[in-house]
Amino acid sequence: MQPTDTAQPDYFHKVVDCQWACPAHTDVPEYIRLIAQGRFTDAYMVNRHSNVFPGILGRVCDRPCEPACRRGRVEEKPVAICRLKRVAADNKDDISSRLPRIPKLKNGKKVALIGAGCASLTVANDLMPLGYSVTIFEQWGVPGGLMRTNIPSFRLPAEVLNEEIANIVNMGVDLKLNHPIRSMRELLDQGGFDAVFVGAGAPKGKELKLPGRAEGGANIHIGITWLESVAFEHVKSIGKKVLIIGVGNTAMDCCRTSLRLGADDVKVMARKPRQFFKASAWELEDAEEEHVKIVINRSPRNFVVENGKLKGMTFDVMEYDTDEQGRITAERITGEEFLEADDVILAIGQENAFPWIERDLGIEFDKWDVPKVDVKTFESSRAGVFFGGDAAFGPKNIIWAVEHGHQAAVSIHNHCQGKSTTERLPPGVNLQSTKMGMHEWAYSNDYNPAERRLMPHVSLKERFKKLDIEVELGFTAEQIEKEVQRCLNCDVQTVFETKLCIECDACIDICPVDCLTITQNGEEADLRTRLKAPAKNVTQALYVSSALKHTGRVMVKDEDLCVHCGLCAERCPTAAWDMQKSFVKWPHAEDEAVASAAKIPLAI
Amino acid sequence: MTFLPKPKVRHPSLPKNALGLTRRDYEGGLSTLCAGCGHDSITAAIVEATWGLDIEPQNMVKLSGIGCSSKTTAYFVSGGHGFNSVHGRMPSIAMGANAANRDLTYIGVSGDGDTLSIGLGQFCHAIRRNLNMAYIIENNGVYGLTKGQFSASADVGTKAKKGEVNQQPPIDPVLLAMTLGATFVARSFSGDKQQLVPLIQAAMRHKGFALVDVLSPCVTFNDHEGSTKSYQYTREHYDAAVHADFVPFEREISAEYAEGDSLPVVLHDGSRILLRKLDSNYDPTNREAASAAIQERLKKGEFLTGLLFVDPKGREFHDVNETPAIPLNQIPHGRLSPGSAALAKVLARYR
Repeated sequence: MQPTDTAQPDYFHKVVDCQWACPAHTDVPEYIRLIAQGRFTDAYMVNRHSNVFPGILGRVCDRPCEPACRRGRVEEKPVAICRLKRVAADNKDDISSRLPRIPKLKNGKKVALIGAGCASLTVANDLMPLGYSVTIFEQWGVPGGLMRTNIPSFRLPAEVLNEEIANIVNMGVDLKLNHPIRSMRELLDQGGFDAVFVGAGAPKGKELKLPGRAEGGANIHIGITWLESVAFEHVKSIGKKVLIIGVGNTAMDCCRTSLRLGADDVKVMARKPRQFFKASAWELEDAEEEHVKIVINRSPRNFVVENGKLKGMTFDVMEYDTDEQGRITAERITGEEFLEADDVILAIGQENAFPWIERDLGIEFDKWDVPKVDVKTFESSRAGVFFGGDAAFGPKNIIWAVEHGHQAAVSIHNHCQGKSTTERLPPGVNLQSTKMGMHEWAYSNDYNPAERRLMPHVSLKERFKKLDIEVELGFTAEQIEKEVQRCLNCDVQTVFETKLCIECDACIDICPVDCLTITQNGEEADLRTRLKAPAKNVTQALYVSSALKHTGRVMVKDEDLCVHCGLCAERCPTAAWDMQKSFVKWPHAEDEAVASAAKIPLAI
Repeated sequence: MTFLPKPKVRHPSLPKNALGLTRRDYEGGLSTLCAGCGHDSITAAIVEATWGLDIEPQNMVKLSGIGCSSKTTAYFVSGGHGFNSVHGRMPSIAMGANAANRDLTYIGVSGDGDTLSIGLGQFCHAIRRNLNMAYIIENNGVYGLTKGQFSASADVGTKAKKGEVNQQPPIDPVLLAMTLGATFVARSFSGDKQQLVPLIQAAMRHKGFALVDVLSPCVTFNDHEGSTKSYQYTREHYDAAVHADFVPFEREISAEYAEGDSLPVVLHDGSRILLRKLDSNYDPTNREAASAAIQERLKKGEFLTGLLFVDPKGREFHDVNETPAIPLNQIPHGRLSPGSAALAKVLARYR
C-alpha cells in the first residue's frame, strides 16, 4: 500500500467515528472531556458551534454518532453521546455573553427564510453575525417547526425549545409569525430579498387509501397532523383502543402521545418483522416500556366502519422468506385478522409539498414533483433560491437539517457577495500534541471498563398524569462521572513519524487491542490478513507508514479497535508515536467571511 | 515503561489456544523497564510461545537472578510459579525445583551479567548436568541496572555511551555452551519474533538444557553509534543460519516438510522442530562443524542466529541419575520419608 496521506483532512476525521457520523461534525470527544472537567458551558458552546441546538438534540437527536461509536465495537454499548450533550445543556451557565455580537451596521443584503424550523434557524444563526438582514416567515404563531409540532412535549419540553430558538431570534431576526407564504412568485418579485431559503419541512403525512377510509374519517388521523393538533391543544383526547399504522419514529411519538390522552390499549401495527423497522431502537424501547404492543407481519386491508362509526381494522397476516443477507425474497398472505379500534393513526411517512411554489419561476422540479437541489450548495435551479432540511431531500432529522442550514448559509453568503456558490473553503484538520511530560498527556488516557449508564425515567405511574411531564430525568452527577470516562478520546490521534522508529517492537507488545504490526508491505487485502489481529472491518482504514529505515518493512495500524490509550506513545523510546488532538475544521459562513476578509487564497 | 498497566480490554477476535485462553491470559505485571527495551519484546515472545504451547500457567516455573533481565519473569504468565534468586544463582534454584518436581515446565531468564559474570560457574554446571529447562539470556552487553558499564559479553572495540572503548574479549555464551556439551543452543534477536517465538517453543519442549541467547538492545545505555549491540548494528550484522519451526506433537500430522532443505528433528514427546537451513553449508547437528562456523563468523563481527545446534538424544539430569519417574510430591509420604529407623540403616552402611 502507499503510505497513508494523513494530510488529507478526511483521514483523521474518519478515525473520530462519532464526529464523522455526525452530519454537523460535532467534536464529540472534546465536549465529553469538557464535561468531565465540569466545564459544562464550554461543552455546550463546542456543541453549539456545530449543531446549534444542543439542548434539543441532547434529547431528541437521531444520534447517528452512537451506532458509529468505537466503544460499541470494543465492547457492546456505545458511549451515551446524545444524553451527555443534554448534560452540557442542562448544567450550563448563562451563555448570552458568548453568543456572537450582531453588527449594528448591516451589510445591506436581505435574506428571506421560509419556515421557522431548525434549518432556517441555523441559516439565521450563521448569517446574522455577518451583518445580514434576515426575515423568517412562519405559518404558525410560534417558531420551531416540526421540533415543536411533531415532537411531543414529554420528550422535548417547550422551555428548552424556546430558549434555544430565542438565542437565534434575539440576534435581531425579523420573525414574521402567522405568515404563511402563499406564493413564491410574490415573494421573489415583491419581497426585495437577495436570497430566499426554503426550510419549510416535509409537512404532508402520507395517506392510506383503503376501503372505509372516508366513512371512518372522523376517527382516522394522519400522524404528523394529529401530533400538530395535540401540540396546539386542538386535540385533547383519544379513544381507549388505538391502532398506529407504521413503525417509524413518528409512530412511536403517536403511540406514546395516545397513552397520555386517554388510550389504554395501543398497538403499533408493522407490515414486516422487527429487523425492518424504521424506528430507532431506543424509541422502540421507550414505547415498549410504556406497554405499547408492537404487532409484526400485519398488512392493513381495510377499515371496518359500522353505522358511520369506526369499529376497527382488518389486516392480512403476512409471512416472508428471507435470504442470507436478511433481504425479503418472497411474501405470502397466510390469513386475516380483525382488530378493534376507536381511533387509527396513520404514521407511514411524510413527503414534501410545495403547492405555493409556482412551476414557472425557474425552480425545476423532478418527476416526483420535488425541487432539484444541489447536494453541496443546496441551491435550486434558480440562482438565489436555496432549499434545506426536509424541504430539500425529504424527511431526515434535525441534525441533518442543521448541517443543511450551515451549508446553505455558506452558499447564501457567497451568492450575496457575488461569488460562485460552488467556490467554497475546503475542510481542514489541525493536529496538536497532547504530550505534557514523560508519561503525562493532556487527556485521561487510561481505559475505563465502566458499562453504559442507564437513563433514569419518571415512573410509569407518574408520567401519564400530564402530557408534558418529561420522561427522561437526565443523568445524575454520579452517572455523568462514569459515562464521560467511557469515551475513548478517538480525536487524540496516534500519529507516526517513520524516520524516528528503531523497530524495537515496544508499541506492538504493549498495544492492548493488537492493532499494530510491523511487516512487509503488500496490497491492502493481503496486508489485512497478515496483521497481529486480522483487520476484518474494511470500513476502518489501515494507517500505513513509509518504509522503515532499518529493515524496509512498514508500520501498519488497524484503526478499527484502537482505544487511544496512548501506551504505544508511552512505550516508544524515540517518540515515533505521538498522541495528537485533531481539530476538524468544517467551514461555516463565518469562515468564508473571514477568509475573504483576509484574502486567503481559496485554492489548495 | 508506561505509567499505566496495560488495560484489560482486548481485541474481540483474538484467537484462543486449546485451553480456551488468549495471548492476553499469558501476560504478567506492568513492566518497569525503559521504553523500547529489548527485554520487553522477549517477554512478548515468551507470552506468545507459552500461549502457543497450550501450557497451563500453574504448571510453569519462572526463574531468574538479578538485573534488568531478571525482572522480566514478573511480566509474563502471572499465573505461573516464580522465584527471583540471588545474583547468578538461578541455576541452583532451578536445579532444586526440577529435582523435586520434574513434571513442570521450567523457564529461566537471565542476563549477560547474571549468567556470564557472577553466575558463570552456575551456568556451566547447569549445562553439564543437562538440567531440563529453557534458559534465556537477555544479552545486551552492558550492566543496564547500574548505568551501562561493559558486561562480559561486550565485544572488543564496542563503545560505551560516554565514549570509552571496550578492550577485553567477550565470553560468548553460545560457544561456551557448545564446548560444555549443551544439547540445544540457539541465538536470536529481540527484534525478530518470527525467529524467536518458535525457538523459545522448541527450547521449552526440548528435554534437557536449552540455551537461547537473545541479543536484546539496551535502549538507554547501549543503542548508540559505535555500539555492537544496538538495534541498528544487530540488524545489520545478524545472519540467520537455520530457521526452526516448532511443530507440537498434536499438530504433527498436518506439518509439511517436503521442502528440500527442511530437516525434521523429533523431540522426546513426538514434537518436531523443522530446521530450514538458510545457509546450506551450515550443519546444526554437527557440534564441531557448527562451533567452527559460529567462531568464524564472530571473528568477522557477525552473529549467526537460529537453532545453531540440537541433539535431541542427549540424556538429561533425571535420566543420568535414575531418579523416580514422578515428582516427589506424588510419592507416598511413607516411601519418601521412611523414618529414622530407615535412615539409621542407610547410615550403618557407611560405618
